[in-house]
Amino acid sequence: MSHIVNKQRNILDFALSSLLRRKGKNLALVTVYTLVVFALASVMFFTQALKKEATLVLGATPELIVQKLVAGRHDLIPVSYIGKIKKIRGVAGVEPRLWGYYYDPLVRANYTLLVNDKFKLPPQNILVGAGIARVRGAYRGRSINFFSYDGKPLTFRVRGVLSLESELLSADLIMISPADFRRLFGIPEGYATDLTVHVRNHKEVATVAAKIQQFFPDTRPILRDEILRTYKAVFDWRSSIVIVVLAGALLAFLIFAWDKAAGLSAEERREIGILKAIGWETSDVLQLKFWEGLTVSLTAFLVGTILAYVHVFWAAAPLFATVIKGWSTLYPNFRLTPFLSFYQIAILFFFTVVPYTVATIIPSWRAATIDPDQVMRT
Amino acid sequence: MIFSPAILALFVGSLITTGLLVAAAFFGVQILRHWDLASGSELQLKLERQTYLVSTFVAYAFAFELLSLFLFIYTADQLHTFFVGAMCAAGSLNANSWGYPAIIFRIFNCLLAGTWLIVNYTDNKGYDYPLIRMKYVLLLVIAPFILAETVVQAHYFFGLEPEVITSCCGALFSVQGASVAADIIAFPRGPLEIIFAATMILVLAWGLYSYRTGQGGYVFAAAAFLAFLISLMSFISFISIYIYELPTHHCPFCVLQQEYFFIGYLYFLTLLAGTITGLGVGILNPYRQTASLQGILPGIQQKLILASLIFFGSFTAIAVLQIIFSNLRM
Amino acid sequence: MIELQHIRKVFNAGKPNEHVAVDDVSLGIEAGKVTVLTGPSGSGKTTLLSLLGCMARPTSGRIRLRDREVTSLPARFLTEIRRKTFGFIFQQYNLIQGISVLENVMLPAYPNGDGFLQLKERAGELLELFNLRPKAYAKVEWLSGGEAQRTAIARALVNDPQVIIADEPTAHLDSKLSRELMEIVSTFKAAGKTIVIASHDPIVYDSPVVDTVVAMRDGKIIDAGAA
Repeated sequence: MSHIVNKQRNILDFALSSLLRRKGKNLALVTVYTLVVFALASVMFFTQALKKEATLVLGATPELIVQKLVAGRHDLIPVSYIGKIKKIRGVAGVEPRLWGYYYDPLVRANYTLLVNDKFKLPPQNILVGAGIARVRGAYRGRSINFFSYDGKPLTFRVRGVLSLESELLSADLIMISPADFRRLFGIPEGYATDLTVHVRNHKEVATVAAKIQQFFPDTRPILRDEILRTYKAVFDWRSSIVIVVLAGALLAFLIFAWDKAAGLSAEERREIGILKAIGWETSDVLQLKFWEGLTVSLTAFLVGTILAYVHVFWAAAPLFATVIKGWSTLYPNFRLTPFLSFYQIAILFFFTVVPYTVATIIPSWRAATIDPDQVMRT
Repeated sequence: MIFSPAILALFVGSLITTGLLVAAAFFGVQILRHWDLASGSELQLKLERQTYLVSTFVAYAFAFELLSLFLFIYTADQLHTFFVGAMCAAGSLNANSWGYPAIIFRIFNCLLAGTWLIVNYTDNKGYDYPLIRMKYVLLLVIAPFILAETVVQAHYFFGLEPEVITSCCGALFSVQGASVAADIIAFPRGPLEIIFAATMILVLAWGLYSYRTGQGGYVFAAAAFLAFLISLMSFISFISIYIYELPTHHCPFCVLQQEYFFIGYLYFLTLLAGTITGLGVGILNPYRQTASLQGILPGIQQKLILASLIFFGSFTAIAVLQIIFSNLRM
Repeated sequence: MIELQHIRKVFNAGKPNEHVAVDDVSLGIEAGKVTVLTGPSGSGKTTLLSLLGCMARPTSGRIRLRDREVTSLPARFLTEIRRKTFGFIFQQYNLIQGISVLENVMLPAYPNGDGFLQLKERAGELLELFNLRPKAYAKVEWLSGGEAQRTAIARALVNDPQVIIADEPTAHLDSKLSRELMEIVSTFKAAGKTIVIASHDPIVYDSPVVDTVVAMRDGKIIDAGAA
């Protein structure tokens, strides 16, 4: 047993010295390899972090939302529906929600307006998200003008800016009082944007949703779990697209790797010939090539992964955040929570080290089967 | 179809493995037809060089195969969030009719792959490549199974539809395909506990006998395979409930999750390793009289038997400990 | 020790540049003795050496090493036997550039699985024997001809082989160094080793330590006499 370990250790020693003897060629290889790992790892870390973030964030949203549909489109829902829904067994509470979008032509952005009774805002006072504060200069104490549904200008005073920590959700958010909301959008009393339903037992949510649909066929119930699934699917799908796009680069890298492995210089051939002549067997040379490949792979993998981690979790992935986050004119600034799992590393490994190793099998074998006889003759 | 990096990675892995094996099988046919060690001809030398390449291909392919089994299970597990009612991999695999066949193929192929690697190792120890014919015939037998696995796996992944919001109706029209994962086939507990104990004792006893005397290799291999099947059934039937501390939770995949400290991986690794080494003993048995393996093969078989006993023993020990220290009392 | 029976080696068989390097040679190398192969260049000496040293396979014929037939052994096993039985000293030394003297000497033993430190010690002792200790960590490119020669010899000895094979060892040496080399050969012989040397240098084949001189021409043996 120790005999096998020793042999590998010896061969590894020579492999490392071999790599160092051809610094130029190997440095080029490791650099390209690292870039490939970096690109793939960045995509995967980013996506994973977004998925995690979505899960955390959505964890606080209502389990069940009821919206009214008219001709397939979302319409205002009568508050009177609440009575009947409350009577359904398992329902702990029903609240009407008022929210909507306001398009601001000045910055060409959509703001989300939300009514929340907790804040108890005095009339014509609003809270704005950090993104809005930035683009409209709407800081605490300032005024901001919006146009109501009937074209009349309404002035609001900014009572405060929503916290920076919540930017991911609140960058484009405005908190407003119910009366102001109705005035701005012309929503009559007795109607709400949608209803949130709180169900006592999580397992009963689907059943309650079914009952609501029975009582009010013109509504659609939306489950939080479904939203989560949809987000995850979308993030996955988007990141896969990026990976597929990178497939071209990956392929180029493999060809490059093959070329480097196959293109033995005369000096390298001579060395292998000498090794064979002094008593190294083909499988020993194959092991040498294996260790060389592994060293290159592990170095590139480690460096690429660390760089990707820094890129995504410190610098917020400037290189391709747009593709995965989505298109918008109002981007929140947010730091993603670092999240790393063994699973991601395994997948990265399959995308990079495995193809690299396979691409170098035949060149390694060709090198290992060099005939020592030639060496005697020179 | 669910499009995610993990699934892409598995595809890439499967394609690579299949590609390597098909290439290897192709070379293998050449070797089977023309191999003649005594000839020393140019063709023979070329074949000898080629056999290095083929062995390397296959060794890598099988190594990936073993790694990707675990990646597959983990991926299936991660996918459960896309299916209503799915709690773990059991639910995801149930999402269409290709899921369970895919995993059965994978497990079976891992056993074959491991066995081939043992044969290859032994062949390289004999100075006249004594097992070369058998090795390549075995490869030709395994190749179609790997191909089948790739196809089945592709069907499974392509056929997955995540249950996301459709524009009109939200929850109610999501396909309720994946049933609640908890109840997988559970065999009657009482008799199975006895059978499990008996099988393990049989394996241990026969293993020790084989180790001492060098006889009974075939029986040991058969016993190992039997132990594999019985252990899987036992795990689902009664070991799992003690791990979950819930008499109705039989799922073999939930143990792979973080909340159970990933202990499932330990169980399944030991089981696979024990079975592969046991099968290895059996497949080498016909070659005990080969001249070039005299003095070598019995030693290899002994090591395999020992390894197999250690692995099965570990499996049993962990199971017994968990049962004893579980808060569940049946 | 080594027996060649009707050995024939043909290069590029069937092609227009077909060349018969060794033609129906039967030869026995006695253990513990020094045998020299002489003949002009092109006579097949180097080819015969590589066949004797199990580095190449004959086109036809049989080779026996200590009464074990090795011709049909696959390369995998032949190499192991060769590594443990033979030590080669090439005409061009064939040292690996860019690494140290010590590492060069240790290389043939890597596949044996000996512990690295023990190996290093053993190699160090060999260097000591040839007065190369001070140059142990020097890169081989910086050595003089004589030092390179001695490194090559030390390397050939690292696995403590029973047979030493040398191809034109005095080709790059002056008379003084050549005579020193033959002294070293006599110490090998005294240690019970078998030595086979190919050389057209009179200092070598006229040396008193030589037991048998085999003359070759055009791939055939023309005189298998004793010295």
